[in-house]
Amino acid sequence: MPSLDCKKLLSGKFISRRNKEKLIESFFLINGVIVIVILAGIFILLVKNALPAFKEVNFAHFFTAPIWNPDAYEQPTYGILPMLASSLMVTLGSLVVAVPLGVGTAAYLSDVASPRVREIAKPAVEVLAGIPSVVVGFLGIVLLGPVLARLTGTYGGLTALNGSVLLAVMALPTIISLSEDALSAVPRSYEEASLALGASRWQTVIKVKIPAAASGILAACMLGMGRAIGETMTVLMATGNSAEFPRGFLGSVKTMTSTIAIELGEVAYYTTHFHMLFAVGLLLFLITFVINLVSDIVFHKHTQVQG
Amino acid sequence: MKIRYSRIVEFFGFMSLRVCMVVVGMILVVIFYDIITKGIGIVSWEFLTQPPADGMTKGGIFPAIVGTFFVTIITALLSVPLGMGCAIYLNEYARDNGLTRFIRMSIRNLSGVPSIVYGLFGVSLFVEMLHFGTSILAAGCTLGLMTLPLTITASEEALKTVPRSYREGALALGATKWQSIWSNVLPYAVPGMLTGTILGLSRAAGETAPILFTGAAFFLPDIPNSILSQFMALPYHLYIMSTQHHNITLVRPIAYGTALVLVVMIFAMNLAAVILRYHLRKKGISHGH
Amino acid sequence: MATKIRMKAENVNFYYGAHHVLKGINLEIRNNAVTAIIGPSGCGKSTFIRLLNRMHEIVPNARLEGRILLDGKDVVGSDVDAVDLRKRVGMVFQKPNPFPKSIFENIAYGLQINGVRNKALIEERVVDSLKKAALWGEIKGRLHDSALRLSGGQQQRLCIARCLAIEPEVILFDEPCASLDPISTKKIEDLILELEKDYTIVIVTHNMQQAARVSDYTGFFLMGELIEFDQTEIIFKAPRDKRTEDYITGRFG
Repeated sequence: MPSLDCKKLLSGKFISRRNKEKLIESFFLINGVIVIVILAGIFILLVKNALPAFKEVNFAHFFTAPIWNPDAYEQPTYGILPMLASSLMVTLGSLVVAVPLGVGTAAYLSDVASPRVREIAKPAVEVLAGIPSVVVGFLGIVLLGPVLARLTGTYGGLTALNGSVLLAVMALPTIISLSEDALSAVPRSYEEASLALGASRWQTVIKVKIPAAASGILAACMLGMGRAIGETMTVLMATGNSAEFPRGFLGSVKTMTSTIAIELGEVAYYTTHFHMLFAVGLLLFLITFVINLVSDIVFHKHTQVQG
Repeated sequence: MKIRYSRIVEFFGFMSLRVCMVVVGMILVVIFYDIITKGIGIVSWEFLTQPPADGMTKGGIFPAIVGTFFVTIITALLSVPLGMGCAIYLNEYARDNGLTRFIRMSIRNLSGVPSIVYGLFGVSLFVEMLHFGTSILAAGCTLGLMTLPLTITASEEALKTVPRSYREGALALGATKWQSIWSNVLPYAVPGMLTGTILGLSRAAGETAPILFTGAAFFLPDIPNSILSQFMALPYHLYIMSTQHHNITLVRPIAYGTALVLVVMIFAMNLAAVILRYHLRKKGISHGH
Repeated sequence: MATKIRMKAENVNFYYGAHHVLKGINLEIRNNAVTAIIGPSGCGKSTFIRLLNRMHEIVPNARLEGRILLDGKDVVGSDVDAVDLRKRVGMVFQKPNPFPKSIFENIAYGLQINGVRNKALIEERVVDSLKKAALWGEIKGRLHDSALRLSGGQQQRLCIARCLAIEPEVILFDEPCASLDPISTKKIEDLILELEKDYTIVIVTHNMQQAARVSDYTGFFLMGELIEFDQTEIIFKAPRDKRTEDYITGRFG
């Protein structure tokens, strides 16, 4: 066959073909490495834009001053504590709601629901995940706010409580689907062994399955937490954005994300205030980074145990 | 008596799990019920095709729909090729080494970066450093990077569904690695990749925080005429109409209408992805080994 | 019986990571003959056959020591292209793996990736290969049906046809009948005996009767070592090694 040059092992074509393959592989390698570049780029640009702020503001001041007031007439103060406390507060509040509800729903889906219910419920959870945060925030204003206002006697209902409930709604899909994955991954043999020992189904779920899936569930909750602490639009719209130090769940709060969202639009670029907002962003980035890293480690422990 | 007691515990235990599911279901129902019943009244042909009028107290949301559409296209142009390329590297070329683990860790971390941080990144990289200004291009790029982890994950999933035997079969016939990927892997993976990608894009289309400072505008009388113009976007418009407008209660119906259009649009994209997936399965491209 | 040596493994050691899978293998594969590799599962026989056309390279962390010769030339060296080697040394896998294309496209695929554009030539080769693989009679007129609709045995013969189309010199069969029924197995075995005239064949099988039926030479692998290699008749009638005898007589494995 003249068209099929397969009688020769060593041909000039081979060299060029191998170079071409190498070139293609390098192209995709670059594609893969870009991800690292982007992550590093985010970090570097945040640092680069945050650092100038500390030429004028003391680092200790940033972490200890109890007031964030960049527009003060005489001496602006840039204390991160109020918004850090606000962010942590709404996040923890949301976990109080979302963790039991999410893990309960996951346990229902993996151990109680009939296949037909599961077939409807799983896409429903995905739909919930697909609702934009701005829509959830909007409903916090028009729907949940008035209800909470009536129940708690606060005006307008735009409080930390409102934000917590909305964040719980945002974090639920993550917690449900990842916890459900973790529960379903528990080997059937554990369950059978427990049932064969005379344990009821409920005891099996509580004493065998959930403990066996614990690290997966924990990782799911941590990812949900990461999502909640970084969520912007819902808290921006639903918590009232009072810059004061948070006083309780019935008070208004202004989280780190809200602060950036509100003030970056008003600030003059490359002022101390502008750089300060990047410092807040950097802190936020680091917090979520650590949360993700820890949940990653927890999760890998989980898969190793499973494997 | 003891048996009785554990029966009761079991009953209430499972009941409480059921209640959890019902609560989650109710949340979903309430959200949709509220938006649909209060938004449907205002949505009309005019609402969809007219710009806002009279200080945004009347008129429609046409520029916001168009703006979201344009931005989503830029998002896709950036995130789809990059995401597919990265997935191809990870699934076809990467060895199990430190670099690969580092790439995977980066992807997981990128997917956890808050959207507002992407906004800050977009401001400093695209708006300022690359001089895109506040524009469709800057906002689209920002959203593109944000959706990248989703696109990569979805594309890799799609590649994983193509059986090993397709690759081996091609290689054993004397195909080069790239020939086997191009002619015997990608054709079966691309539909799945697209499905996942559409889901990622629908997420991007509903995002507000990353576009706040990278190009979204309060009000523009005209449709943007270049990718360097500012734009109106549906999610941003909803934010404006529910918190920033000078007469919030007056424009509440418009806000509801905007929310409905946004949710329906995202839902339609999801539905399109599901239908696409179903169609492809039916066509027999199932690799059931 | 003694024809010339076509392929040769010299002092082959093979590792997956730290796992020593093949230990010091020396084996000769003769021209226009069928060489069978037998042994219990996990003995390294499938691993060995994959070395012969360098399919082991697609698995990460694999390491090969020693030489694999084709017509006296080392084919593993970095100056030899695996792609060229695989065109000369084709492979049929354990599980039929037709691509989800039509019968015609399945066979044309190998030609197309090798740069054959001439449509008439492709068609001629497709028909020719199907005839050689004893499949033509069953599927002519259905060339453009999906290959996935064929039965398991037909799929495997299609895979053989696909391999024949690119005109290899050596064909490796990795347990080709492992997932087939006895009738399909018989057809494949008949085919192998037919192909022996024009090709050099290596077949891995866990089925000793199959090895006895189709092969001229047999090698017995155990735990990564080649215990015994000889003419098939000798292996089955008068093995020299006790372990071979134990395996042949079904005392283990």
